[in-house]
Amino acid sequence: MGRLLAPAAMAVALLFPLAVPNEYYLYVAALAFIMAISATGLNLILGYTGQLNLAHAGFMAIGAYGVGILTVDYGVPFWPAFVASGLIATAIGVLAGLVSLRLKTHFFAIFTLCVGLILSLVIEKWSDLTHGTTGLIGMQPPAAIGPIRFDTTMAQYYLVLAFLVAALWLMRRIATSIVGRSFVAVRNSEDLAQALGIDVFRTKLLAFALSAFYAGISGALYAGFVRFIGPDLASETHTFDMLAFILVGGIGTLGGPLIGAILLTILTQSLQFLQDYRMIVFGPLLILLVIFFPHGIVGFVRLRRARAHA
Amino acid sequence: MVMFFQQILNGLTLGSVYSLVALGLTLIYGILHIPNFSHGALYMVGAYFAYFFAGSLGVPYWGAMAGAAVVVALLAVASERLVFRPLRGAPVLHDMIAAIGLLLFLEAVVQAIWGADFHRLQSPHTQIVHLFGLVAPAQRLLIVAAAFALMLGLHLFLQRTVMGSTIIAMAQDREGAALVGIDASRVSMVTFAISGALAAVAAVLFAPISLVYPAMGDLVILKAFVIIILGGMGSLPGAILGGMVIGFAESFGAFYISTNYKDIIAFALFVLIMSVRPSGLFPGGVR
Repeated sequence: MGRLLAPAAMAVALLFPLAVPNEYYLYVAALAFIMAISATGLNLILGYTGQLNLAHAGFMAIGAYGVGILTVDYGVPFWPAFVASGLIATAIGVLAGLVSLRLKTHFFAIFTLCVGLILSLVIEKWSDLTHGTTGLIGMQPPAAIGPIRFDTTMAQYYLVLAFLVAALWLMRRIATSIVGRSFVAVRNSEDLAQALGIDVFRTKLLAFALSAFYAGISGALYAGFVRFIGPDLASETHTFDMLAFILVGGIGTLGGPLIGAILLTILTQSLQFLQDYRMIVFGPLLILLVIFFPHGIVGFVRLRRARAHA
Repeated sequence: MVMFFQQILNGLTLGSVYSLVALGLTLIYGILHIPNFSHGALYMVGAYFAYFFAGSLGVPYWGAMAGAAVVVALLAVASERLVFRPLRGAPVLHDMIAAIGLLLFLEAVVQAIWGADFHRLQSPHTQIVHLFGLVAPAQRLLIVAAAFALMLGLHLFLQRTVMGSTIIAMAQDREGAALVGIDASRVSMVTFAISGALAAVAAVLFAPISLVYPAMGDLVILKAFVIIILGGMGSLPGAILGGMVIGFAESFGAFYISTNYKDIIAFALFVLIMSVRPSGLFPGGVR
């Protein structure tokens, strides 16, 4: 059954645009996919490697601002700017990781929270570069690749979907590789991992850089899709949103962040009045999840299945 | 020279507020070994309750402060019972996520009740004090005096009373404390109550010279974290000293460098120090 799940989900995602009454649904779905890509990156450092990185939204903002500034202010074409933004986010991620990964557990969490705050304050105050609180407008949709153009919402939906599939495929390759196993080894016990000959610091740094890359790419997609970005994007609330996605779906699982992103997006959309107050529901949800279902939906299903087999 | 002393007073004021918040945080860390991210929300809720008592019910300033302290202490105890108690023994990650959940919840509830607008909490002490040719707003002097009185009170409580000794005992060795018959859950509750009350008092003291709004606790709590990491997690003198360091760095930084970046100064200083000394300024956390 597990083997059929991915193709079935893929088919649903491909046919989704034909089934919805208007473009708004596509817009919301594409936004959820973009957030899922970013959350997948956060899951790599948090779920697989066990480090609570609270600066994640900052890296997503770097990716978005990279595309925004390069295309609007410097006239760089979209795709080169897109690639550059992913690399810039990764580079800043490596720098931040070099400093922050020397700290462990809650020191690391607090430190990255500060890093995220510095990133968002810099974005807000350095208005010569980032246009400050007014934000960046006037971005173009992603440029055409050959004959394929991305100026309709449906085309962008498929573009985002393609990136999501690629992101999940890559994450699967990473997670099942020896590198992915060393991430999990570090999460389970740093001392044990070290005894096995794993370079703990380099392993964590690699996970951190990869997660920043995911955040950067997802931010770059966000900039091309929403075409307005403000300093809000870097705020820790966004990191907390992604944290909620991961916990609901299942921490340390491949599909968890995506499932969480889709479910919580549906939840917030169906409770529109909650938009500003979604944390009244999300906050207690986070608490109840870590107390009663610390492994989310995927973990719950796995447990049920394991029990059924036993 | 006058400006210089003015900055010293500002630094002392900021440092006093930060120290009070950091003291509560470090007390909880000593007992539970978790970074309580929801502490900043307690600070914020304290300011809102004082605003509610003073503004809507017409309670005088000091009464409103006491009321807010009691409410927030109860709230802190409730959070211990409902959120952190069930997570005892779970990975640290879970405590941190639950604390974040609590923070988000409290902020959203306050915003739903009072809106996202900025409010002002009036203090009866608006006079200006002239002292040795220096000008000082009474509220600032009051903050410093009240903070130092509270720190002294806390010190006496921890050193001279049985209840205080049990808190210290549990922070030193949880199992050892249990062996000599100290009731761990009672100590946890008392610690949470004290830390909540400290946060509320700090907020009500600081509110008349700042503003009351839902995100007011975010920066303060982050600075408090910076402080207790610099001062050694769980160390009370470290929390006070660290609070003063950050308070002074901020007031002088705002004056001599740029007001625009004053909130970054504390974090830049922190990142700088932690890059050079990952174990903080006072590793080991003297007690």
